[in-house]
Amino acid sequence: MNYKRITLLAGHYGSGKTNIAVNMALDLKKQQPNTAIADLDIVNPYYRTLDSRKELEEAGVRLIVSPYANTNLDIPALPQEMYAIVHDRTLHSVVDVGGDDRGALALGRLTPLLREENDYDLFMVINRYRPLTRDVQSILEVKQEIEEAGRLPFTGIINNSNLGAETTAQCVLDSMDFAYGVSEAAGLPLVMTTVEERLYDGLKGKIDHLFKMKLQARPVDWIR
Amino acid sequence: MAEKVLMKGNEAIAEAAIQAGCRHYFGYPITPQTEIAAYMAKRMPKIGGTFLQAESEIAAINMVYGVSSAGKRVMTSSSSPGISLKSEGLSYLAGSDLPALVVNAQRGGPGLGGIQPSQSDYFQATRGGGHGDYHMIVLAPSSVQEMADLTIRGFELADEYRMTAMILADGTIGQMMEPVSFDFKFKEVPEKPWATTGTKNARKHNVVNSLYLNPEQLEKTNIERYQRYEIIKEKEAMAEEYLTEDADIIVAAFGIAARVSKNAVNAARAEGIKVGLIRPITLWPFPEKVFAKAADHAKKIISVELSMGQMIEDVRLATACRVPVELCSRVGGMIPSPDQVYNAIVEAARKGGE
Repeated sequence: MNYKRITLLAGHYGSGKTNIAVNMALDLKKQQPNTAIADLDIVNPYYRTLDSRKELEEAGVRLIVSPYANTNLDIPALPQEMYAIVHDRTLHSVVDVGGDDRGALALGRLTPLLREENDYDLFMVINRYRPLTRDVQSILEVKQEIEEAGRLPFTGIINNSNLGAETTAQCVLDSMDFAYGVSEAAGLPLVMTTVEERLYDGLKGKIDHLFKMKLQARPVDWIR
Repeated sequence: MAEKVLMKGNEAIAEAAIQAGCRHYFGYPITPQTEIAAYMAKRMPKIGGTFLQAESEIAAINMVYGVSSAGKRVMTSSSSPGISLKSEGLSYLAGSDLPALVVNAQRGGPGLGGIQPSQSDYFQATRGGGHGDYHMIVLAPSSVQEMADLTIRGFELADEYRMTAMILADGTIGQMMEPVSFDFKFKEVPEKPWATTGTKNARKHNVVNSLYLNPEQLEKTNIERYQRYEIIKEKEAMAEEYLTEDADIIVAAFGIAARVSKNAVNAARAEGIKVGLIRPITLWPFPEKVFAKAADHAKKIISVELSMGQMIEDVRLATACRVPVELCSRVGGMIPSPDQVYNAIVEAARKGGE
């Protein structure tokens, strides 16, 4: 993956942005020594990049995250250091934007600086197994809402179609027509298809731009 | 079979409600159940339904009262502090024998507490919550699939018995994502000859009310309502039994605590400990017979809860204190780990169930 200086991830609520952001930041860190991950999620107080703090810090990825993430303070707080993303041009970053248009509102204040420097990608994460975004038309609606709220156009699509623990290689293969359909209708490249590590070997060579993900450890992962 | 979709528990409730024919949702946002309102806000306008964000929880529950009086399937959802606010309305619904579906995605309390999961509204839910003699049917899902299944069952039970069905979930099941299948066979919605749908000058007008000017009449209504509750207790109690047949030790747990406990039971079974799990699916009516039967052979019961010990009282009542019952719990938004439950089982086994 060739990363721009800033890689922003947005999309429908629950499409898998945070998991991808963590994996991308770890991948980016291998190419860029000065790497950060920024959590701009103002929608969901649960399931944050902070859940992966240990792994990110051990890898030397800087965390830019609200001090109130994962606490009982349920307010849409942004991290104080968020302007480092745009102002410190020696810093590469992956930015986890909150879900839907409401989440993308937080992006708006960075937009003028992002446009001015013009060294960013804004990727839309899609999952065809999510109930409200199962067809191209619904995705295009969400896309337009997010672009209007964040005042920034998308530059690519990431296909993260999965059924959680029940995802099979076939589930991913079955999603490719949908992903290319979205790509064509939106006029944007399909830059990546993301899969859990357990599915990677079986799909390698069958799907272009396949990205191997280690799923984030979460406090309730032992609940089966 | 319908293709599965990946959903949050809260979204599964909302979709199931729509599929059950609910076209009216009234609510007020509160973490950790706001996804229900968000889902309804997106979907209802597209299918000719009504989503309304009320000015408060109290307003929302009274809107539920209005739509239910008109004979339509209706719901509201909230989390612990919001349910307290709705309690007056819950009592009025009961006093007027109106069907409704109410969701409580519990969070840590009391007071504002926190936004992390809890099961400490068990007393409030199973004893009614508001004032007066009444019950709600209380359903306790332990997976995202069950959030959908029990929502549909809740609407059916509410209509059949003309009372409120409550989905007593928690922040974790509301937020976690799992695959769900919406492959349901729906029962027909029963006739509601009592509904206030307009007389069209063709019948006597219907009255939906909880005020009785005559105390004899109020007493009679209360007694009749409790006769109906007896039928529900007889017919509708549900529980899952897991490896209980030969069990010396029984773990009692519902909802998210049951998911944790099942892991611990499996781990203890692998060590040769005879332990099983009873998971109440209805909390009211409480599955008393299942516990009474287990008490015939069990030497100890461990109640695993996200509270300071609430269901434990029903376990003791159901077993008439024939078997010692002890508590294994975390509170304040914390969840017991499988290790904590496993250690409690091992300790009970070591003491020989004494």
